[in-house]
Amino acid sequence: MDTVGPAKADLALTGEGADKTQALTYPRIDCRNVSVYYDDKQAVFDVSLAIHDRAVTALIGPSGCGKSTFLRCLNRMNDTIEGAKVTGDIFMEGENINSPDVDPVLLRSRVGMVFQKPNPFPKSIYDNIAYGPRIHGMVDSREDLDAVVEKSLRRAGLWEEVKDRLSQPGTSLSGGQQQRLCIARAIAVRPEVILMDEPCSALDPIATARIEELIDELRKRYCIVIVTHSMQQAARVSQRTAFFHLGNLVEMGDTDQIFTNPRERRTEDYITGRFG
Amino acid sequence: MLQQLGQLPMGWLLTALLLFVMTAGFSIGRIRAERYSLSSSGKFHSRPNYHGYYVAMWGLAPALILALAYLLLAEPIARELLTRELPAAFHKLPKAELVSYLDAVSAVSAHRTYDGSDRVFTAVTHRYLELSGSLKITTLATILLSAVLGVMFARSHVSPDFRARQQVESGAELFLFLCAAIAIATTVGIVASLFYESIRFFSQVPVTDFLFGTRWNAQTNAEFGAVPLFFGTFMIALIAMFVAAPVGLFAAIYLSEYASRKTRSYVKPLLEVLAGIPTVVYGFFALLVVAPGVRSIALWINATLIDIGLANGPVLAAQPTSALAAGLVMGIMVIPFVSSLSDDVINAVPQTLRDAAFAMGATKSETIKQVILPAALPGIVASLLLAVSRAIGETMIVVMAAGQRARISLDPSTDLTTITVQIVALLTGETEFDSPKTLSAFALGLVLFLVTLCFNLIALRVVQRYREKYE
Repeated sequence: MDTVGPAKADLALTGEGADKTQALTYPRIDCRNVSVYYDDKQAVFDVSLAIHDRAVTALIGPSGCGKSTFLRCLNRMNDTIEGAKVTGDIFMEGENINSPDVDPVLLRSRVGMVFQKPNPFPKSIYDNIAYGPRIHGMVDSREDLDAVVEKSLRRAGLWEEVKDRLSQPGTSLSGGQQQRLCIARAIAVRPEVILMDEPCSALDPIATARIEELIDELRKRYCIVIVTHSMQQAARVSQRTAFFHLGNLVEMGDTDQIFTNPRERRTEDYITGRFG
Repeated sequence: MLQQLGQLPMGWLLTALLLFVMTAGFSIGRIRAERYSLSSSGKFHSRPNYHGYYVAMWGLAPALILALAYLLLAEPIARELLTRELPAAFHKLPKAELVSYLDAVSAVSAHRTYDGSDRVFTAVTHRYLELSGSLKITTLATILLSAVLGVMFARSHVSPDFRARQQVESGAELFLFLCAAIAIATTVGIVASLFYESIRFFSQVPVTDFLFGTRWNAQTNAEFGAVPLFFGTFMIALIAMFVAAPVGLFAAIYLSEYASRKTRSYVKPLLEVLAGIPTVVYGFFALLVVAPGVRSIALWINATLIDIGLANGPVLAAQPTSALAAGLVMGIMVIPFVSSLSDDVINAVPQTLRDAAFAMGATKSETIKQVILPAALPGIVASLLLAVSRAIGETMIVVMAAGQRARISLDPSTDLTTITVQIVALLTGETEFDSPKTLSAFALGLVLFLVTLCFNLIALRVVQRYREKYE
């Protein structure tokens, strides 16, 4: 409980004002030789990479390149897929989260996730946010819960829009608002890491811009990993970029370097639009 | 001559004639369209095949209607004509005897097996053959004539501008509509006859006596208070739902959320086999296995209560057939209705909601209790309602295992009777269609129909609302 509890996430609240160069100094997650198999088919091949804290890491690559599958290793979501098997080591705070001893339920309270399609629960806006704190027993009183809900909604930039209708169903919001609600829901359990699986692919450009601003804001407090189809989005929001192709990690580096001066031929072909 | 015609195999002839009209009509239409398109430079609106279908349609439709009319009416008409010609002695016979005489006549004329010992009978048979022979030949001629007229009429339409394709498609639509209408008309007819006979019943027995009376003894005393039947039906359905609702729902949760793909592929079909077992098999299972078991447990409870001094005499009725036995087995029978439908609605809950809950760190049971079941609840309720209406209308199990005595008792080991059991009892054996005893079956049927209709309508509405939400 000591090492894998939500309480530790308080760390993340001290990072106000961390700038880009500082952000790139210490890794939060260290992946070594991660492979993923669906039944007998291998989807991710021997990927090793480090993900830095207080920074946005973008995973890019053509469809079916294994970037989403890799992302789902970081909170053990592949456990919920029948026939999926993950090998290799993923160290978070020095602990191998891929070890069978780690309880994925506790891990997921430290690693939040936002999905491709906004997926609020069929409950009120308030209950959507309160869901995580409630199941993890993070609050003792109604006042505390109210405070957590307000803080999470404020951080997701949604508070002003919904503060007068917290009891309405989450599904009554617009697509962009729903996605920010899902981000607020993830923040509410005070995670250390937030995973985003193409969070803007179902949204219009204005809602997308809103989410991208939000990601940039959240970077000051959290370690963020985002899978995206859009190279422009990767260039806009991320500090580090990893390019995946056919289940392999081709290249990883600072976003500026990947987009201006890629080392690998395949990376260059992809970002210049020659395939993908 | 006419006698020989009377032995024409009409089934084969009609089939052959219709096939001939169809192919001939098609070829005539198609060939005409092709000739036209060769001779004229203008472009045809519809392809030649459609002109063929169009002509065939016009040839076939009247022929088909006439053929159906023949199949339905020929025999009654021939009999009626024959009866009119019979000597006066026959008309003095009771109706049933005359009918069986005519039955013998038509059977003999169909199979030509009579030895000729009764000269009157032989003469009647010959006359019958002549009558049906003339009917047959007239029918064939009329069909042929109408088909020729239809084909000629349609053929005159074939021209480059004629929209044969649209005509054919509306013809096909009409045909499909008629098929749907048959199903609906049958339902309407059944409901109408239920209403009609019920009204006749209520003209002899007041509605309030029927709906609120507590004494039912239709067979001997003409007492028509149906409350004990409603009570029995309700009680047994309730017991059934106590079994089916939890077992079915938990089975559905196991199947959709916990079972591996492989387990599911075995367990789900096996569960659905339960739905395929004939209810009469459930019935004798209830009568021979469950009812004696219920009885011996009830007897044991009685004995124990007396032993420990809590009762002076038997508390439970411990009958050889009981509400509990019928209810338990009926519960088993409707399990697949609950589990299969609930499994479907649980599966229809989007995977993204499960992902969302898991990614928040919810355990499997938290996800199911707090996210999946609330989302699937309307569908689950609907599946339960459908199961209830199924349980209320179930007949065979209660006929065999519930009993015949109409009474109101909360003791589950006593025998109760239900609406369906009484309907069976009232309509089997010798019945006359005018007595209130027989008519009361229709009133019971009407009640049953209205109640299950309500349940089904509510269930369908609930399912519909639920579907809208996730599409």
